[in-house]
Amino acid sequence: MSEFILEMQGIHKSFPGVQALRGVGLAVRPGTVHGVMGENGAGKSTLMKIAIGLYRPDSGTITLRGKQVTFESVHDALSQGISMIHQEMSPLPYMTVAQNIFLGREMKNRLGLIDHRAIDTAAGEMLQELKINLTPRQIMGRLSVAQMQLVEIAEAVSRKADLIIMDEPTSALTEKEVAHLFSIIKDLKQRGVAVIYITHKMDEVFSITDEVSVYRDGEFVGREDSVNLTREKLIKMMVGRTIDQFFQKENAAFGAPVLEVEGLTRQGYFRDISFSVREGEIFGIAGLIGAGRTEVMESLFGVSPKQAGTVKIRGKAAKIESPYDAIRLGIAFLTEDRKRSGLYLNLSVRDNITMPSLRNNLNALFINHRALRKLCTDAVGTLTIRTPSLDQLVMYLSGGNQQKVLVSRWLATVPALLIMDEPTRGIDVATKSEIYKIMSSLAKAGKAIILISSEMPEILAMSDRIMVMHEGRKVGEIGRAEATQEKILHMATGEPLSTFKEVHYY
Amino acid sequence: MIEAEKVQTRRESPVLAFMSKYSILLIFVGLSVVIAILSGGLFLRINNLLNVLRQISVIGIIALGVTMCIITAGIDLSSGAIVAFVAVTVASLLQSVDAMDRLYAGGHPWPVGLVLLIGLAAGTFIGFVNGAMISKLKIPPFIATLGMMTFARGWAFIYSQGRPRGSLIDSFQAIGQGDVLGIPNPAIVLLVCVAITYVILQHTLWGRYTYALGSNLQAAVVSGIKTDRYLMLVYTYAGFLAAVAAIVLTARIGSGQPGLGLGYELDAIAASVIGGTSLAGGLGSAQGTLIGALIIGVMKNGLDILNVSADFQQVARAIIIVVAVTIDVRKNVRST
Repeated sequence: MSEFILEMQGIHKSFPGVQALRGVGLAVRPGTVHGVMGENGAGKSTLMKIAIGLYRPDSGTITLRGKQVTFESVHDALSQGISMIHQEMSPLPYMTVAQNIFLGREMKNRLGLIDHRAIDTAAGEMLQELKINLTPRQIMGRLSVAQMQLVEIAEAVSRKADLIIMDEPTSALTEKEVAHLFSIIKDLKQRGVAVIYITHKMDEVFSITDEVSVYRDGEFVGREDSVNLTREKLIKMMVGRTIDQFFQKENAAFGAPVLEVEGLTRQGYFRDISFSVREGEIFGIAGLIGAGRTEVMESLFGVSPKQAGTVKIRGKAAKIESPYDAIRLGIAFLTEDRKRSGLYLNLSVRDNITMPSLRNNLNALFINHRALRKLCTDAVGTLTIRTPSLDQLVMYLSGGNQQKVLVSRWLATVPALLIMDEPTRGIDVATKSEIYKIMSSLAKAGKAIILISSEMPEILAMSDRIMVMHEGRKVGEIGRAEATQEKILHMATGEPLSTFKEVHYY
Repeated sequence: MIEAEKVQTRRESPVLAFMSKYSILLIFVGLSVVIAILSGGLFLRINNLLNVLRQISVIGIIALGVTMCIITAGIDLSSGAIVAFVAVTVASLLQSVDAMDRLYAGGHPWPVGLVLLIGLAAGTFIGFVNGAMISKLKIPPFIATLGMMTFARGWAFIYSQGRPRGSLIDSFQAIGQGDVLGIPNPAIVLLVCVAITYVILQHTLWGRYTYALGSNLQAAVVSGIKTDRYLMLVYTYAGFLAAVAAIVLTARIGSGQPGLGLGYELDAIAASVIGGTSLAGGLGSAQGTLIGALIIGVMKNGLDILNVSADFQQVARAIIIVVAVTIDVRKNVRST
């Protein structure tokens, strides 16, 4: 018997155009909480998806309780005692807690019909055992996110899972709920269950994990006992990489302010946000996931409402109630989720590029197709979008080329301010570098750019000024020269700059 | 550039590419050839071909509006009922003085031009209400138009007191029964509607936005499209086209009946889907829908010529719908 319950070694996995994992390993001891950390794109989720049988590795071995295994499907992994609590859960909202726990494993009575009483009894016992304060007959859809998570944990335990993977389980939880979750996780440990705990939050690593594995750019950086770790050491492990010629940042001259935001507030999302961006400036916004960065931009762009605050464009008060208003005022918004709010997947490259700028290319009532064709041909040329023709459906393009299509969509509106929300998420390294180059040249041409990014090196290398947000508040602002990864991470976890200054690191 | 070359070599031969792009057109041509041979050339007579066009005109006109609704990832189930409602409205105002079943005893038939306007306005308004329910009240299109279908049909019966209203004045009947240079008026109306819808879809903001709405509503919002407004416009236009179809139909049969247009919405949906419209949204065209309607029409005409009973015709139609859509779906799957 090996000392590890799960051991993954030399895992390689590539997707078209992306090498997601390069010989990565993971070793988890029974009855421990094993933290998994790394930036977005480090390969954490891919590794976890391999661990639960959703993806198959290109090469490498998985050893479970000392025996080498290959998972053909998620069902395979489940039946061998591995469960995963997903970030986005998929319960059946109209069914009861008990029915959700035993979904697909319902007990039958002598007639072969579902035995609801037995299910309720078993679920009740399970909930009691785990000290979860819910009853079997409660309707799933009426529960809070935290409660649903607990039900999923109960399901995992009822499957006799001795390895549970939790993917950022606290991202939607209040402090009190987090404390409750942690007490249940400690309980699981007592029962000999191992937990793989994926998180972005430093504090959690120290309060709940026993060991931590860190990943970066699809590679395994190292494994450490949590007691031997410091905040600084962990940050270094996560972000320390060679930057080379990757980020192509040129210095641009700053002009007049393009955007001035004062006291912007949306109840429940963010409060009292003020900042300004000048011509030629790349203004970075850093913060943890859920800090409210995207939400600020959505309200600014008129996608979501706002309750208070003023917005000035080029010194003039602007009333932005819809994206239509925003675009007319010269704002462009490259959204974070390409598939959800960006691409028209089953429309052509041409339609995808031209949709917001159609109204600027009209002859009376009719669309000036000739002007648009030239616009698209130019865009495909300057951004080197690889597509067989303008009529190609955008769904057949690679992620990087899709992103370039969206960038050219917004450039076609001739914006004064370009908001780029996670502009390099999920795209290959070569295209990433090209996007940086485009950003630099746009700034040089006098455009104002807002860059939201969760990738530390990216935001440090590209921004002229960085605003850091934490839980819907602006923590502070730092200039390019003073900004370091450590400072930003400290601020992003809620410590204002002033407290930080009293601490000595070097 | 190396990558671009790779893409090139992976592409299909031009013949195959053409066949996959125009698969529906090819199905239509193939079907016509088969029927022409089986009917010993009868099918190809000019008179018969014009007859086919006249037969498909009502469904074709409705289908153009339904196609636009489906492109937005919606649906319009109320078009058949709009036909009935507009038909009885128009007919009741145009019955000749000596008609037996006159709804308004005494008085004279109203001016045809005014009645046409009233009929078109009625259909357009019903479409507008559909659009308002869908865009403002956020009722799913299926439910909103299902409700409207029952509502409009109900009012058609109430208003007409459940009876056909016939003996319409000749100048009105001429709209449906006359011809221009030998081409039946209904066919001309259909072709004009196809042309207008084509121009809307391909050459106006409204048309391109229609595709955007159906392809990705959230992206459409971020693109600065006033989604509610354009969604409303689409359903309003569908109501308008249903009213046009109602006028053509009423004029052709010379009577307005509350039971008219029963099930037409389903034929219209079938024509759209055969013509390449995707129920998932974002895909479809006016010319495609015309061909879809022609496939249904040619099929029916051919089976009539071959003396196939109406019962078997239904079965045959079901098969052609499934076959045509299967070919179309496979085309999309293959290129993935």
